[in-house]
Amino acid sequence: MERTLSVLVNDRPGVLARVAGLFSRRDFNIASITVGAAEEPGLSRMTIVSSGDDATALQIMRQLDKVIEVIQVTDISKDPAVKRELALIKVTTNKTTRPEISHILEPFRVAIVDVGHGSLTVQVTGSGEKVDALIGLLRPFGILEIARTGVTALLRAVAQEEDHSSEVVS
Amino acid sequence: MEEDIQKPQIDQAVSDSHEVRTGAELLCSLLMQAGVDTIFGYPGGAVLPIYDALYSVPIRHILTRHEQGAIHAAQGFSRVTGRPGIVLATSGPGATNLVTGIADAFMDSTPLVIFTGQVTAESIGRDAFQEADIIGITMPVTKHNFQVRDIKDLPQIVADAFHLATTGRPGPVLIDLPKNITSGPASDHVLPESHIRGYKLPGAPKKEEVDALIAAINQAKKPLLYIGGGIISSGASELVRQFASRSQIPVVSTLLGLGAFPVRDPLFAGMLGMHGTYAANRAVTECDVLIALGVRFDDRVTGKLQRFSPHSIKIHVDIDAAEIGKNVAVHIPIVADVGLTLKEMLLRDVHLDTRGWHEQILLWNEEWPLQYHASDEDLKPQQVVELIAKHTHENAIVTTEVGQHQMWAALFYPFSRPRQFVTSGGLGTMGFGFPAALGAQVAKPDATVVCIAGDASFQMNIQELQTVVENGLPVKIAIINNRYLGMVRQWQQFFYESRYAESKIGSPDFVKVAQAYGALGLRATTFAQAEAALTEAFAYQGPVIIDFVVKEEENVFPMVPPGKGTDEMTLEWEE
Repeated sequence: MERTLSVLVNDRPGVLARVAGLFSRRDFNIASITVGAAEEPGLSRMTIVSSGDDATALQIMRQLDKVIEVIQVTDISKDPAVKRELALIKVTTNKTTRPEISHILEPFRVAIVDVGHGSLTVQVTGSGEKVDALIGLLRPFGILEIARTGVTALLRAVAQEEDHSSEVVS
Repeated sequence: MEEDIQKPQIDQAVSDSHEVRTGAELLCSLLMQAGVDTIFGYPGGAVLPIYDALYSVPIRHILTRHEQGAIHAAQGFSRVTGRPGIVLATSGPGATNLVTGIADAFMDSTPLVIFTGQVTAESIGRDAFQEADIIGITMPVTKHNFQVRDIKDLPQIVADAFHLATTGRPGPVLIDLPKNITSGPASDHVLPESHIRGYKLPGAPKKEEVDALIAAINQAKKPLLYIGGGIISSGASELVRQFASRSQIPVVSTLLGLGAFPVRDPLFAGMLGMHGTYAANRAVTECDVLIALGVRFDDRVTGKLQRFSPHSIKIHVDIDAAEIGKNVAVHIPIVADVGLTLKEMLLRDVHLDTRGWHEQILLWNEEWPLQYHASDEDLKPQQVVELIAKHTHENAIVTTEVGQHQMWAALFYPFSRPRQFVTSGGLGTMGFGFPAALGAQVAKPDATVVCIAGDASFQMNIQELQTVVENGLPVKIAIINNRYLGMVRQWQQFFYESRYAESKIGSPDFVKVAQAYGALGLRATTFAQAEAALTEAFAYQGPVIIDFVVKEEENVFPMVPPGKGTDEMTLEWEE
C-alpha cells in the first residue's frame, strides 16, 4: 500500500542525499519526495510517498530514524492528514478550445497563471488524484509541459492530539 | 562494562599546556583531549598542516605503506581494545583508498574516527588536484560523516564524531577537513560535550519486555542462546557466561561473536551458519526458543530464511532497532543494550530443565565433531591451526584474512575471551587480516598476535611487512598456502564442475619476501617441520612469516550450500 512519511530533518547540506541515498541503497521505493523549511529555523520537513507492506514500512522508518540528521519520522498514511500537491500544466489552446477548457477547469478551482496566444498555464493544488484527474481531462487538448511538486503533508490536528503511535519508538 | 574496554583518559594537562594557533593544532589538541594516543595514517598534500602539527605532540603515528593498511590496522586496534581506531589520510586517492576499510568497519560495527584531508573550500567542486567527494562516496558506509566548513564547528564535530563512533551501535565516522581549515587560524578550545539532536540511544530494556522474555524462556524445552558481535561491543561476555551457566541454556555463536563465550565450555555448541558445526546448526533448527543477543541474522548465518529455526519463538535483543525484523520476523523484539538486558535477565528467576536437550547437543557434537583426515604425506590446514593454538597456549590474539583459512581458524582455534578473534565478517575483505594484526600488536605490544592468512589474501596488503618491521612489531604471519583462492576453488569444485577458472594463484617465495623486508621467513611442508617452525617463530622477538605449504584441495566442512537451509548441511563432499 501507499505510505506517506513525514520526516523532520536538520537543514544541512547533503541531507536530501542522505535520505534519498538510503532509499536507493536499501531498495525502497520513492514515489515522491518534497522538502522545505519546517516550523523551526534550522529544520526542514520532508514528505516522502513510498509503498510497501507493514514490515517494509517499519523497516523504512527505522532505517530513516538511524540517519543522524533525521530528528523525527512519522508515518501518516493511516491517520487523517492534509495532503497537497501543486502542479503547473501548460496546455495548448485556440479560439475554439479555450471556452471548453475554461469549462473543465471550473470545478477544479484552479488558477490560470499564464496565458499566451496558443497556450495557457494552469496551477492546480490538491490531492494527487485531483491533479491526475485534471491532467486526464486536459490531455486531449494537447499538454505541452507539466511540473508537479510531489505530495507535501501534515497530520490533522485531531490525529496529532489523539495518537502518536505511528512514531518510531526506539 | 568489561575490564578490557579501556576508557580514554582526558589529559587536561596536555591540552592546557598546548598553545593552539592553527586549525591543525586545534585538531591535535582536541584529539589529545579525546584520549587519542595512536593514529594510523599516510601523509599527502591536503593534510600537510595536520602532519606538521602532529610533529610536535605526543601522539604516536604509525605510517603504513598504503591507506588501506592504515584503516585495517586501526580496525585491529579498535577490535582488541574497544576504543575507537583513528585514521588520517590525505584528500582524493588517500581518502578513496580508505573506502574498503570504512565499509568493512561499517558492516562489522567497528568504531573508527577517520580524518581525511580535502582541497581548500574555494576549490571544492572544481575538480581540483586530488579532489574527491569523500562525503558523498562514504555516505552509505559510515554511521555519519562531516565536512568542516567553519573552524568554529571543529570542536563540536570532533566531540560528536567520537560520541557517534563509540555509542549505540558503534561504527565508522568520517571528518573531512578542507586544507584552509587546518592551515587557517584557530583559537584555543576545550573539547565540548557531544550533543546530537535526533540521535537516540537505547539503554536498558523495559521491565515488561524482560518479563516477556523470561516467561518465554521459562516455557522452553529446548532453548538456545544465539550470540554475536554485539555481545563483545557491549562488553557483555561475562554476563552471557553467567546467564548460560545459571540457566544451563546451550550457546551458539556467530563468526563475530567468537570469543564472547569460551569454546571449551560444555554449553557451547559451536559456531552456526554456512560453515557452522553440525551441533550448532541442528540446535538452531530444533530449538523451541531462540534467544538472539546482539546479532543481525546475517544470510551466512540463516541460510534459506524459510528453513531457519522454523519451530522457535524468536527473541531478539539489539541496540539497533532497524536490525529487528530486517531479515527474520521475531516474536519478542527488544531494542536495548544487550549488556543491560542480560543484567536484568540475571535478576529474574529462570527455572528450566535443559538436561535432555543439552545432552542431545553434546551427543551431536560427539557424533559429528569437526574433523579432517590427517595423513603423513600432507600437511593439513586444520592441523596448522591446531598447532598454532597449541604453541600459543590458546591465548593469542588471532586475526585472519578471508577465505578457507578464516573458517578453519574460526572452527579450530579454541577462543576463550572476547576481543581475541579479529576477522572481517560482514564485508569479507581479503587484505584485512595482516594490517589488522599490525594494529592489534600496536594496541597490545605484549600480546602474542598471530595472523592466520591465505596465500592470496596476504598478497593484498603484503606491503605492510615494512610497517611491522620498521616498528618492531612481532606479528606472526601464518600463511596457509594452498596455491589457490581456496574458497573460490571450493565453490568451483562444488557448484561449477571443478572448472577452476582463475582460482589457481601464484605467489612469491614468502621466505625470501620476509627476508627482503627484514623479517624472519620460515617454511613448513610436514607436520614435524610445522612444529619446529612454530617453536622457532614464537621464540623469535620480531615479525615472522611461516609459509605452511598445505594440501591444495582441502575443503571447509561442514557447509550449508548457498540457498539451502541450515538443516541441509554437507559434512563431506560426495563426488
